[in-house]
Amino acid sequence: MSATTTNPRHSTGGTPVPPARKRNSLAKGKLPKWAIWAVAAGAIIIGAAASTLTGFNIAAFAIYSAIIFLVAATIITTVVEGKRRGTNAMWTYLIYACFIVALIPLASVLYTVLEKGLPGINSHFLFSSMNGVTGAVDNQSVNDGAPVVGGAYHAVMGTLLITLWATLISVPVGMLTAVYLVEYGQGKTLSKAITFFVDVMTGIPSIVAGLFAAAFFGMILGPSARMGIVAAVALSVLMIPTVVRSTEEMLKIVPNELREASYALGVRRWRTILKVVVPTAISGIASGVTLAIARVIGETAPILVTAGIASQINMNVFANWMSTLPTFIYYQIMNPTSPTNVDPSVQRAWAAALLLILMVMALNLIARLVASIFAPKKGR
Amino acid sequence: MTTNALTSKSSTSGRMGDKIFSGAALAAGILILVTLFAVAVFLLIQALPTFFADPAEVSGGQGFFTYIWPIVVGTVIAAAIALLIATPVGLGVALFISHFAPRKVAGPLGYVIDLLAAIPSVIYGAWGYMVLAPTLVPGFEWLSKNLGFIPLFEGPASQTGKTMLTAGIVLAVMVLPIITSLSREIFLQTPKLHEEAALALGATRWEMIKTAVIPFARPGIISAVMLGLGRALGETMAVALVLSTGNLIPSLIKTGNQTIAAEIALNFPEAFGLRLSELIAAGLVLFLITLLVNIIARGIISRHKEFSGAN
Amino acid sequence: MAKRIDVNDLNVYYSKFLAVEGVSINIEPKSVTAFIGPSGCGKSTFLRTLNRMHEVIPGGRVEGQVLLDGDDLYGAGVDPVTVRSQIGMVFQRPNPFPTMSIKDNVLAGVKLNGTKISRSDADDLVEKSLRGANLWNEVKDRLDKPGSGLSGGQQQRLCIARTIAVKPDVILMDEPCSALDPISTLAIEDLINELKNDYTVVIVTHNMQQAARVSDKTAFFNIAGTGKPGKLIEFNETSAIFSNPEQKATEDYVSGRFG
Repeated sequence: MSATTTNPRHSTGGTPVPPARKRNSLAKGKLPKWAIWAVAAGAIIIGAAASTLTGFNIAAFAIYSAIIFLVAATIITTVVEGKRRGTNAMWTYLIYACFIVALIPLASVLYTVLEKGLPGINSHFLFSSMNGVTGAVDNQSVNDGAPVVGGAYHAVMGTLLITLWATLISVPVGMLTAVYLVEYGQGKTLSKAITFFVDVMTGIPSIVAGLFAAAFFGMILGPSARMGIVAAVALSVLMIPTVVRSTEEMLKIVPNELREASYALGVRRWRTILKVVVPTAISGIASGVTLAIARVIGETAPILVTAGIASQINMNVFANWMSTLPTFIYYQIMNPTSPTNVDPSVQRAWAAALLLILMVMALNLIARLVASIFAPKKGR
Repeated sequence: MTTNALTSKSSTSGRMGDKIFSGAALAAGILILVTLFAVAVFLLIQALPTFFADPAEVSGGQGFFTYIWPIVVGTVIAAAIALLIATPVGLGVALFISHFAPRKVAGPLGYVIDLLAAIPSVIYGAWGYMVLAPTLVPGFEWLSKNLGFIPLFEGPASQTGKTMLTAGIVLAVMVLPIITSLSREIFLQTPKLHEEAALALGATRWEMIKTAVIPFARPGIISAVMLGLGRALGETMAVALVLSTGNLIPSLIKTGNQTIAAEIALNFPEAFGLRLSELIAAGLVLFLITLLVNIIARGIISRHKEFSGAN
Repeated sequence: MAKRIDVNDLNVYYSKFLAVEGVSINIEPKSVTAFIGPSGCGKSTFLRTLNRMHEVIPGGRVEGQVLLDGDDLYGAGVDPVTVRSQIGMVFQRPNPFPTMSIKDNVLAGVKLNGTKISRSDADDLVEKSLRGANLWNEVKDRLDKPGSGLSGGQQQRLCIARTIAVKPDVILMDEPCSALDPISTLAIEDLINELKNDYTVVIVTHNMQQAARVSDKTAFFNIAGTGKPGKLIEFNETSAIFSNPEQKATEDYVSGRFG
C-alpha cells in the first residue's frame, strides 16, 4: 500500500510544471491520469502477495486485487477530489467490474466448447449416427486407442427437421396474429387479450410447453406418443410469441402515412398490408423470425418429453422417436454410452455442443445480415 | 339514389379478399388464445388422477402436497440465488453499456452480452457440470470451514461441486442477459432533457444516474427482474445437469435439493401411469407459478407505460 | 374527368367527439378550392371525409351527404376503395413507398390492385403521370432508383404523379407544401395551376398567401374553442374572402389578427 498512499497532493506539486504553460485553474484538485494506473499496479502486487499467503490461486488473486483497487482508488479520489467525486469513482469502477464479471462465463463457455469440442469434430462424427455404437465399442476405443466412433448425424437431422416443422407452424400463425393486432385489432378487447396472453406465453417454461404437447398428443394417440411432430408443436408454443412480438414491433414502425397513401390510391386493405406494409417491414420480420429459430433450436427440455431419444437416423417426423443435438448432448453426458469409460461420450457431447453453438451463432449472424441487406433502400 | 355509380363499380372479388385475409388474421389470433387455454386444460386433465389418488401411492407415500412442497421450495431457492447474483451484475452491465462505455463500442458490447442469451441452455448445463462445478469445490470448502456456522453453508461441502449454489450460479449466468437487455433498453430511453438537466447542475455521472436515470427506469428494472425470475423458475437443463439431487436441505453447498423443472426432465422419459400424471401435475404447478410472476411483471410494465415517455 | 362535389350538412365524429359540424359546400369541377383556418379547426378532418380516408382512423364516422356528381360517397353499398380510386389524395409529408423504385411508385395504384398492365402501357402511364407532375425531366434517367432518394419537393411531386396515375376525378391535397422549402413550394403551386385544367383540386393550407395565389374559391373554417366542433364560417371567391370578407372572424383571420 505504501507505494500508492503517498500523499498525492504532494506528488502533484512535486511534478515539474513546464513554465511556458500556465496551470489551468479549472483543472486544479484533479487526480493526474497516471495515479489511477499506479493504484491499479499497486493493487495487483498486493493482491498477488495476499493470495500467496492464503495459498495462491487465480480466483483469489483476482478478487483480492479487485477489492484492494476499488477501496484504494475510492479513498484516493475522495481525498484529492472530494467525497462526491469519490462516490462517482467507486460506482464507475463497480460498473466496469460488473461488465468484466459478466464476460467471464461467456469467455469460459466459449473456450470450453472450442477446446473440448474441436477434437471430436470429424467427418465420422458429422455423417454417421449412434446406431450400433455400444459401451463395448467405446471401451475398446479407450483401451486400445482406436478412434472414437459414433456421430451426431441423426441428431443434426432431427434438429433441422423438428425446427423446420416448428417454423412452418409458428411463422404463419405468428405473422397473421401480428397483422391482426396491428392492422385490424387496434383498441379492441380481443386484441388486448391476445397481446396480454402472448406476453404470458413468452414466459411459459420450456418444459411446460413440452408437457403440453405431450399431454395433447397423448390424449389423442395414446400415452406414449413420442415423435418429431409433437416436439415441433412444443417448440411452436415457445416460438409463436417471439414471432408475434417481433413482427408486431416491425409492423408498428411502418409509418401510417404509407398505409394512407395506399388507401388513397384506392388499394384494398389486404393488398395494402401484403404489398406495402409487410414489404416495408420484411427485413425486421425476417430477422425476428431467424432469432426465434435460433432460440428454439437449442431447446432441450421440451424435446426430452416429446420426441424421446434415438440412436439411429429417423427422417420421418410423424413416426418413431427422434434425437436432436441438445438431447444428444444431454444424454451423452447423463447416460454415457459406456458407463465405465465416459471419455468418448464426453467428447461427442462437446463436439455436438460446438456444432449447436455454430448453428445458433450462424442464425444470429444471418438475422443481422438479413436486417441490413433487406432494409428499405435509401440513397440517391 | 337508385343509380349510384359508386356502388356498381365495386368489385366483389376484392371485397372477398379483404374478408378472407382479415378472417385469417383473426383466426390466428384466436388460435393463440385457444392454445394457451388448451395448455392449462390438458395439463389439468392429465394431472387430475394425482389429486384423487391414494396418498400412499404418490411418490413419497404421503400425497401430492408432501411430494411437491420440497421441490417448489427448491425451485424458489435456485431462482433466488440466481437473482441475487444476476440483478446487481445485470444492472451494472446495462448501465455500463448505456451510460459508461464509449459510444462507438457500446453497440458491439451489447451484442456480446446478447450472445450470452443465444447460447443454448444445455450447453450452460454441460459447462456447469464439467467446468464450473469442479472449479467451485475449493470455494465451497472455504465456505464450510469459515462460514459453516450459517446453516446455508453447513459442511461437509460436496466434493463434486454439484450443489444448489452451483446451479444457482449457472442460472444467474442464463438470467443475466434478460435483465441486462431489458433494463438497458429502458436506461437508453431516459429523456435526454432530464439527464442534461442533472449534468448542467454540476452532477457527476453517478449523481446524474441516481437522479435522472434510476427513478425513470425503476418500474422497468422491477419488471426486468421479474421476467428474469420467471426464466430462472422454469429453467430445466442447467439444474438437471448441474445439481446432484436429493432431499430438501438448507445447506447450499451439499448434495441435495431439487427443482420442479429438473424433476420433470429427469423422470419423465421413464414415467408411466400415476407417476406420469404426478409429473404433469408438477408441471402445472410450475406453470401457475411462472404465470403469476409473469402477470405481475407485465402488469408493472403496462401500469407504468404512460409514464415511460417512450411515445 | 373532373367531377363536382356537393356536401350537405355534414357532421364529422371521432367516436363520440363531434369534430366538424354542419358543413355544406359546393365544389365546382375544374377549379381549385382552398380550405383555410386556424390549427385544429377541422379543415384537414373535413378534407379526409371527402374520400372516406377519415374512416381509416378508428372511431371516425360522419353524418350527412357527400355527393360526387350526384352519387353519395356514404350511400349504402358504396365501397370506400372505389371512392378513393376516384378521389385521390396528396398528404402533408411526401410519402413515397420506400420499397419501390420511382417507376413502381407511380404505378403503385395500378399494380397494388393486381391490375394487369402491359409493359408499353405502363411506360406510357409513367411518363404521362410524371410529366403531369412536372417531374419527368428530373427523373427520367433514374426511374429504377428508389423514390426515397429524391429531394423533398421531388418526392411530393412523385406522390402527385402517383395520385394522377390512377386517373382520379378529384385530387385532395392536405397541406402539400408544409414540409417543403420555398422553391419546391413554388413548383408545387405551379403544378396545382396546371392540374386545374383536368381535375377538381381541393387544398388545405396554413399559408394564406398560398391560398390567395392558387385557389379560385376559399373556404374559411373556425373553431369556437377547444373541445368545440369546427365550422365552415365563410365560402366565397378567393378574392372576396381576402379583400372583402362578409364575416368578422374571416376578416380577423385573413388580416392576421389571430391564428
